[in-house]
Amino acid sequence: MKAKEIIIDRNLCKGCSICIHVCPKKTLGISEDINEYGLFYPKVEDLASCIVCRLCELYCPDFAIEVVQE
Amino acid sequence: MITSRYIKENYVRRLPSAFCPGCGDGQILNAIIRAIDHLKIDRKDVAAVSGIGCSAWIPSPYLRVDSLHTTHGRPIAFATGLKVANPRLKVIVVSGDGDATGIGGNHLLHAARSNVGITVIMVNNGLYAMTGGQVAPTTPHEAKTTTTPYGNPAFSLDVSRVVAAAGASYVARWTTWHMNQLIRSIEKAIMKKGFSFIEVLSQCPTYEGRMLNMDHIQMLEWFKNKFREDADGIYKIGEFVDIEKPELTEELEKMIERVKK
Ligand code: SF4
Ligand code: SF4
Ligand code: SF4
Repeated sequence: MKAKEIIIDRNLCKGCSICIHVCPKKTLGISEDINEYGLFYPKVEDLASCIVCRLCELYCPDFAIEVVQE
Repeated sequence: MITSRYIKENYVRRLPSAFCPGCGDGQILNAIIRAIDHLKIDRKDVAAVSGIGCSAWIPSPYLRVDSLHTTHGRPIAFATGLKVANPRLKVIVVSGDGDATGIGGNHLLHAARSNVGITVIMVNNGLYAMTGGQVAPTTPHEAKTTTTPYGNPAFSLDVSRVVAAAGASYVARWTTWHMNQLIRSIEKAIMKKGFSFIEVLSQCPTYEGRMLNMDHIQMLEWFKNKFREDADGIYKIGEFVDIEKPELTEELEKMIERVKK
């Protein structure tokens, strides 16, 4: 399975990095930008590596990340 | 496949939550939602009850089912009332360790003893988080909290073992690292006829983490590495009880029929 897009809701994300930590493919990394709360939210490092396992969605405490399947 | 968009559209009242960044409470909300969705039960047949504490916010206001946000330590008493009034309801209590064992410990014991058919999900972070990180019955020996700055001189309660001994029909313990096992357990607990209890070790980076010198990622790693099915004491996870026995509202129903004759 391939991901078309990974959407990170900057208004919900609290920058906890749990999604980055649980991702088995290192698809995600920390952005250099900060969101409205002054937190470093995740960014997509390598979309092609995503296997749409949705572990990031399962572990995100804030429903802030969404993987759109191709 | 359940996506976060689907969850937000169908099960969450409002976001962002009031939980601190990296708090396990959001993960437990996520797990409860997925369990309800997997079971395909009508949301109208589910009621959630909570007391006071950070984890009491999981059902109220975030989970989109009918909910009661009650007084400190008393959610199990309110939930028992709900169940007796309407035995058809699936009643889920979400309570912290302080709420369920400190303030309301007696309710927990007697709900297990009477085997009333409700589900209690106890979020265990080892201290009273919402009120400022005070020592709780679940705080490990020698652990530092706001009120035990030199370490806890007392010893902690193994709540799952106590609830099992008190007569619950279903008892399990997981952590926020064990999301899939937790979801599966919540499904079983909701469908269990008698009293079901799930203890979830959850990271509180703000108080527990600060005292343990760990951030939430390190705490999740700790859950992953230390908490195992073959471990001892509080570190032992898994299903401890899974039995069928007569349930309180059924017995009440029988008694009413008997008395009517
Ligand atoms: S779906 Fe899986 S592989 Fe893709 S970003 Fe999320 S955790 Fe990583
Ligand atoms: S797990 Fe969720 S809240 Fe945490 S950084 Fe990832 S998207 Fe943001
Ligand atoms: S104080 Fe602890 S338990 Fe409460 S919301 Fe913050 S991290 Fe979670």
